[in-house]
Amino acid sequence: MCETCGCGDPHLVSVEVRERILSVNDRAAAHNREHFAAHGVLAINLMGSPGSGKTAVLEATARAFAGRGGVAAVAGDLETERDADRLRAAGIPARAITTGSACHLDAAMVHHALHDEGLQGARLLFIENVGNLVCPAVYDLGQAFNVVALAVTEGEDKPLKYPVMFRKADLVLVTKTDLLPYLDVEAGAIDDALKRVMPAPVVFHVSARTGDGLGRWFGWLEAQLAARGDRDATHPAHGHQH
Amino acid sequence: MLALLERVEEAAAAHHALAVHRVCVQVGDLSGVEPELLDSAFGIVRGGTICEHAVLDIERVAARWECATCRRALDAGERLQCPSCGGPAALAAGDELLLGRLELEVP
Repeated sequence: MCETCGCGDPHLVSVEVRERILSVNDRAAAHNREHFAAHGVLAINLMGSPGSGKTAVLEATARAFAGRGGVAAVAGDLETERDADRLRAAGIPARAITTGSACHLDAAMVHHALHDEGLQGARLLFIENVGNLVCPAVYDLGQAFNVVALAVTEGEDKPLKYPVMFRKADLVLVTKTDLLPYLDVEAGAIDDALKRVMPAPVVFHVSARTGDGLGRWFGWLEAQLAARGDRDATHPAHGHQH
Repeated sequence: MLALLERVEEAAAAHHALAVHRVCVQVGDLSGVEPELLDSAFGIVRGGTICEHAVLDIERVAARWECATCRRALDAGERLQCPSCGGPAALAAGDELLLGRLELEVP
């Protein structure tokens, strides 16, 4: 370029875009969501730390709902079929998603799993996420609701330390309440912490071991199923062309 | 990250840009995106693209809650329920992941 008069200098222009960055995952999640809606599937994304009791709650739920059919699960873990095995033993079709080293499920992994024949016909689909209180919160899977399991053994301040996860939660299950007598943990302090990260927290205290409080959780699921209406349940869960 | 790059390339093409000098994004504290990781990812994916020499300007946006009904602002760490009217709070800022402004070199 010319050093005397600047001729030939490139021009710089400023362009306002102001757009939300919609990730590749957001697009895949929207695709899952459309199909869940089209086929009347209530999809629940169950998240929580490793060992927070996600699988135990789902086992109890599977036993309670298995008789009526139409309930299925996918279970994410880095390795092994263990959770899917437990859920099948509890009476529902279940498929494992082994993520290798990924610390969360993403919408494409769930989409791939949905083509499993064993999951066809499900009206209530649980997606048990990888045990992790951070990354799963950021990956939309196309679910209708996010449910977070938080064990009393994790302490009272987890919601304050992991606000992104709890802000995304529609419902929190405070689990393993049968252990409270052995801990220096107040159930009320957990509720208080949740109120500082969630504007209108819906919280059920449950013990999958004794069955305490599970009735409210089952009732909540029934209410969500009823709210979806009795759409034609004979559709395959995910039969479509790409 | 790739979605961001794609969107920038699209805008650059629309303006027949020769290069992208600056990409300004807003990242909310509750967006789940860590600015430092975003910056290092940008440094990796921009290679060989029109953003090769672009600077990523990241503006962090703090979480801000206010009453959904009376709009009273809540203090950080407070219960997310309005102290005045009792209504639930709504997030006023802090979950954004926005592509704001671009500086493009045009012929």
